[in-house]
Amino acid sequence: MAIATAKNEQVARWEGNIEELRGLVSERAFTGETMLLNMGPHHPSTHGVLRVLLELDGEQIVSCLPDVGYLHTGIEKNMEHKTYEKCVTLTDRMDYLAPMSNNMAFCLAVEKLVDLDVPERAQIIRVIGLELTRINSHLVWLGTHALDLGAMSVFLYCFREREYILEMFEILSGQRMMTSYIRPGGVWRDIPPEFMPKLQQFLEYFPPRIDDYEKLLTNNPLWIDRTQGIGIIEPETALAWGVSGPSLRGSGINWDLRKAMPYSGYEQYDFDVPVGEHGDVYDRFLVRIREMRESVKILRQAAARLPAKGPFRSNNRKFVPPPRSELGQSMEAVIHHFKLWTEGFSAPDQEVFVAIESPRGEVSVYLHGTGGNRPRRVHYKTPSFMHIGALPVMTQGHLIADLVAIIGSIDIVLGDCDR
Amino acid sequence: MGITSKLGNLGIVTTTLEEAVNWGRTGAMWPLLFGLACCAIEMMSTQASHYDMSRFGMELNRASPRQSDLLIVAGRVTRKMAPVIRQLYDQMAAPKWVISMGDCASCSGVYNNYALVQGVDEIIPVDVYVAGCPPRPEQLIHGILTLHEKVRGERIAHWATN
Amino acid sequence: MTGIPQALDPAAAVRAALPEAVQDVIEFRGETTLVIARPHIVAACRFLRDTRGLVYNYLSDISAVDYLEPYGGWGDRPERFALAYHLLSMLYFRRLRLKVYVPEDDPVVDTVTPVWPGANWLEREIADMMGIRFAGHPDPRRLMMPEDWNGHPHRRDYPLGYETIMFSFNVDEIMKHKPFAKE
Repeated sequence: MAIATAKNEQVARWEGNIEELRGLVSERAFTGETMLLNMGPHHPSTHGVLRVLLELDGEQIVSCLPDVGYLHTGIEKNMEHKTYEKCVTLTDRMDYLAPMSNNMAFCLAVEKLVDLDVPERAQIIRVIGLELTRINSHLVWLGTHALDLGAMSVFLYCFREREYILEMFEILSGQRMMTSYIRPGGVWRDIPPEFMPKLQQFLEYFPPRIDDYEKLLTNNPLWIDRTQGIGIIEPETALAWGVSGPSLRGSGINWDLRKAMPYSGYEQYDFDVPVGEHGDVYDRFLVRIREMRESVKILRQAAARLPAKGPFRSNNRKFVPPPRSELGQSMEAVIHHFKLWTEGFSAPDQEVFVAIESPRGEVSVYLHGTGGNRPRRVHYKTPSFMHIGALPVMTQGHLIADLVAIIGSIDIVLGDCDR
Repeated sequence: MGITSKLGNLGIVTTTLEEAVNWGRTGAMWPLLFGLACCAIEMMSTQASHYDMSRFGMELNRASPRQSDLLIVAGRVTRKMAPVIRQLYDQMAAPKWVISMGDCASCSGVYNNYALVQGVDEIIPVDVYVAGCPPRPEQLIHGILTLHEKVRGERIAHWATN
Repeated sequence: MTGIPQALDPAAAVRAALPEAVQDVIEFRGETTLVIARPHIVAACRFLRDTRGLVYNYLSDISAVDYLEPYGGWGDRPERFALAYHLLSMLYFRRLRLKVYVPEDDPVVDTVTPVWPGANWLEREIADMMGIRFAGHPDPRRLMMPEDWNGHPHRRDYPLGYETIMFSFNVDEIMKHKPFAKE
């Protein structure tokens, strides 16, 4: 798929209009001095269908133009045609490695819009789900990132542990990946009895596995050579480009929405926010590895705090369907059930904005109601979107082989980016 | 497989050409390393340690379409991606097979809208459809075994058109 | 908290510095929205970022809304489109929304990429999906949709573009028209 270097051939084989790129690539590209190379959308190391147009001087990247939209699914538009409760199933499929974070952001926005309460116990269940999701997502990131840089065995180990988490999700929600477990007003159903023993088992089993990954990678000279000093992004630049999450913390900025602007009771948990120093690929790697340990810490506290009995969703029947056991006894329950599953609930013609800390960074939802049962506009700002936007800054002047490391280190998911 | 061995220790077995070739084709069917969306993650799970697709001779994912026999369309196919998939399919050398993995690839699933191709069979011919959103790894393995069954039933007359 | 200047009220501060910019201040569920006049958006953003006591240093999001109602018109809103800029102050742990109404016949807003380079892609996405152009944007190409796509899908008058769902009573009729690929 490469575009040849010779000038005439380059212009001839460039499928688009090369004049369109004037101002985006350097002037040398038009004289044929530098080479335009197309990477993707089908490429093993782009973590999805990302296309990157590279301008190369030898092996050095002069400029880099990411092109997204190969996975644009029209989810935001589709949501405008669904009731609020049904929208939740679509949010899963945006960031498919962290479905619960997306559920959570949307549900928090709906709860804010209609002013709905969430019981304490439901919040703890949500935290358990969110932190398991964080570990799950970081495991896939670690596996694929290491695979890109040639460490095959890490991938196999990570996916072994991931199966454990997916089994827990299946117990919780009946689905391995697309859980749709977090719903407006609480969660879908109560924690099944076999879940907590499984969680305790996992908390025993998992921390030694993180040590294993660290043994394989952290002090590995090959790994350090490939990652240290690569893809540096200065803290000021990172903020200006809207980088968030572990990638921002890798640059040394201590900003975690769970600590800074807590939601769902995160202020009651004791955990640290790992921060890097140099803002390179290696520091981002260390931050994510430490984050997994912190997640285990939060999970331990949440498991200890979780009351055995209690409501798992709000008791406000205007927004949350009644439990099935009531349907046989109460006429009101039948009416509410019917209304909520056919028409849905109405939300005011107002706008709210909610941001949470997903495994990748700040995922935020802008939700605008119509006064009816469907949203006027849902807009997700997703961390992958901002990170791919900042990719040209990180790759400037690096070798083409480092691009693979950088793409892996900012932990992008194209479904998250394109929506 | 219908192998019959000759009497005596001659080291000769007889079978039909079709059966021998089809057996070879099912034994090492290399998929294209190609993922689109959520289903690609389940496809990775299928290849990873827990489900281990190499049991069926499929551990080797080729990044180049020229070297692969099987295209697993794992995920939703957008209108922007459709020409790319068709090109990848055209670049694969015959014989080639296609599995449409997941609801989105089979019929666009929950997204009935402007952005998606309503089923990948509108742009490339599909051999096996796997249902699920996303399908479990067991379901994908079942789809692959169904495809193997289909391949074992192919006749010489089919080869010419494939 | 020593060394951090006293936090200012953003609405009052912007009113004092840019008297013509603020058209309205809305409070809803604890969120503050400043409705800014269209020509002043870049100045307001720069002021909010650089002023002591405000320091909205992080651009969280830019979203666009289309207020078109099903039977035409846009209700009691002044214009058809609106942009919502969501700013975050990492120093004072608070958020602010700036809202700019954009008319249907002249959907052009000044770009805020000089203030936050990260706005580049957010604005490109809006230009692609909502058809609001940004004056002075460094890269005005389409972002999500293919380059030859007609229309802006997130507008309310753009059809969702769904196809008829197959049931047993209409499957024969649909299969007749459904395209199937050949080798």
